[in-house]
Amino acid sequence: MAWKIFMGVLLTLVIVLGIGLPMSPHPQTWYELPVIPGLEEKARIIFFHVPTAWLSTLAFLTSMAYAIQYLRKRDPLDDIKSSAAAGLGFVFCVLATLTGAVWAKFNWGSYWNWDPRETSIFVLLLIYGAYFSLRSAVEQEEKRAALSSVYSIIAAVTAPFFIFIMPRIMTGLHPGAKGDPNGAGPVVEFKMAPPMRVIFFASLIGFTLLFIWMFRLRVRTAQLEQAHHAKG
Amino acid sequence: MSSYARSVMSVFLKDWRSELRTRYAMNALLMFVVTTIAIVLFSLGSEGAPSDALSGMLWTVIFFSAMSGLSRTFVMEEERGTTFTLQLLAPPSAVFFGKLLFNLVLVLGLNAVTILLYLALITGFVIQTLSIFLVAVLLGSLGFAAAATVIAAIIARANTRGTLYPVLSFPVLLPLLLTVINATRLASEGAYFQEAYGEFQILISYIVVVVVVSSMLFEYIWKD
Repeated sequence: MAWKIFMGVLLTLVIVLGIGLPMSPHPQTWYELPVIPGLEEKARIIFFHVPTAWLSTLAFLTSMAYAIQYLRKRDPLDDIKSSAAAGLGFVFCVLATLTGAVWAKFNWGSYWNWDPRETSIFVLLLIYGAYFSLRSAVEQEEKRAALSSVYSIIAAVTAPFFIFIMPRIMTGLHPGAKGDPNGAGPVVEFKMAPPMRVIFFASLIGFTLLFIWMFRLRVRTAQLEQAHHAKG
Repeated sequence: MSSYARSVMSVFLKDWRSELRTRYAMNALLMFVVTTIAIVLFSLGSEGAPSDALSGMLWTVIFFSAMSGLSRTFVMEEERGTTFTLQLLAPPSAVFFGKLLFNLVLVLGLNAVTILLYLALITGFVIQTLSIFLVAVLLGSLGFAAAATVIAAIIARANTRGTLYPVLSFPVLLPLLLTVINATRLASEGAYFQEAYGEFQILISYIVVVVVVSSMLFEYIWKD
């Protein structure tokens, strides 16, 4: 219970401070955020957009982990967990795509540019879409669980190839893409002012806790639904 | 020949013989290639297109043609009700590699026909570095067959046979497609062989990962 209150307070602080803290070109006090040339007020997206993208990846990996677990133990609960994580991952994937697209319109001039990270999240959306189409196509529960587990593992082992492929094909707009003066690579080195860094990591922690909470709720709902169906 | 290799070969030969009797997959693939290349030709008209667009279109034709025929090998077993017999007669991984071999032969044939037609009919598409192109097509076919075979196995067990096949295959095949498209573009722009090493490394690791993971997971798809 206590951690849910902690999460509520943390995310409220992130929203209030992330949007509310003033920006100044030469920060004097601890609560002033630096102005980044070219981004200005638009830099605040990092507190909300990056954590949603992080959550969709986390959910994807959680889903794969429970898929492996299902194939090993054949416990129906693992399949429920796998699909619950995938469902949440899909929601956060859509959120990351939409917040990113709206922001890109104002900062980069168009909603969509096929930048490497945009392509990767598009593929992630496709994988989630295919996963749920497959699940809806199989009626028998054990078969559905086995087939969708196998598919999510295959998708998860081929998806990382994009990290190596995309930079070869096109330059990107996101940090860490080919042509970034701070160095290209899958891991972006942070050059963030201390107050921004604190809010950013608080937001990451808050979103992760939010994921755990939503995940547990979804698993319990799915369990109750199943029990209800079993009773008839 | 060990007994394992023999069962792989007999699964392959069984599929090959039944394919020669009906020629279902071959006809479907061939007609799809002809139809899609015709659409490309009509849409291009008398105008040319840049070489990267043409290399992309070549692999679009191959992707959708392959999607029309490669699921046949598993769907056929389900339709004829022979899955159970095959489960009894051969170990799961032998079935997988037999079917993979069969699909590989189909993909190689499909690619040969498509590429010859494409080169003959689309004048703007010229391969300048043949070595890059050949290696990319061979590696691409192998990776393509591997991913297409395991997805076909999933599809055959699901209730919707044909419609979901491209939907499930596309995200899995996209890394491979993007890499072969890039290699084809390099070949048509006359790059040196060394410049495509990165592409070959990606293709080889893709093949290794997909073949290993699929052969490990196939048992869970194949057995109820």
